Amino acid sequence: MSEMIKNFLYLNRRAPYGTIYAWESLEVVLIGAAFDQKVSLAFVDDGVYQIVKGQDTSESGFKNFSPTYSALGDYDVNQLYVERESLEERGLTLDDLMPLTWEDEDEDWAEKDSIRVVSRAELAGMIKDQDVVFSF
Amino acid sequence: MAIEVEGKSFETDEEGYLLNLNDWIPGIADAMAKEDDLDLSEEHWEIINFLREYYEEYQIAPAVRVLTKAVGKRMGKDKGNSKYLYSLFPYGPGKQACRFAGLPKPTGCI
Repeated sequence: MSEMIKNFLYLNRRAPYGTIYAWESLEVVLIGAAFDQKVSLAFVDDGVYQIVKGQDTSESGFKNFSPTYSALGDYDVNQLYVERESLEERGLTLDDLMPLTWEDEDEDWAEKDSIRVVSRAELAGMIKDQDVVFSF
Repeated sequence: MAIEVEGKSFETDEEGYLLNLNDWIPGIADAMAKEDDLDLSEEHWEIINFLREYYEEYQIAPAVRVLTKAVGKRMGKDKGNSKYLYSLFPYGPGKQACRFAGLPKPTGCI
């Protein structure tokens, strides 16, 4: 058998509420995490709002699913890339995002950051290296 | 479908999962366990309560391998392994325990 592990990138480009894309993407990621592939997520354009902290949907009628992003680490999904330009264009910084982390079982559950801010150029390079890209 | 507990009827889906999470009372877990020929012990409740806390925090029911790992971290390796969890929940610690806990079917259980 040849190497079966592939690089999957989930590209999240839309605001979390108003359409079903963000939640659908998150569900697919969590279900797909069972397949032992190399999974990363990218947050681009309005997609960066998906992981902004302090989300409050109480007036909108949508379920606030932002707490579920914190479970990604438990599902061994810990490569989350956020495009720097998308943050800057919206007046956001890393401090405005939820502190998403994962715990390294091999290092006595040491807590490590999952989010990495990358430039548009770096992200373009990463997309090129993927076997599969899902755009939501 | 529905399950009768303490004189009240609670709606469930076709696989027996409670439709409305907020309806849950501990008696539902006991009644569901009885249907599966199980008596819930303190060890069962430890896992059921853990699952409810997990849902409260993350808004999802964890897949079985995620549950196993999380139990291991919280309660130690002697409980955070499939053998122990399957001994408590023979139909699968993810699915069966989540059902008893009133949660939806776990996300990522295939």
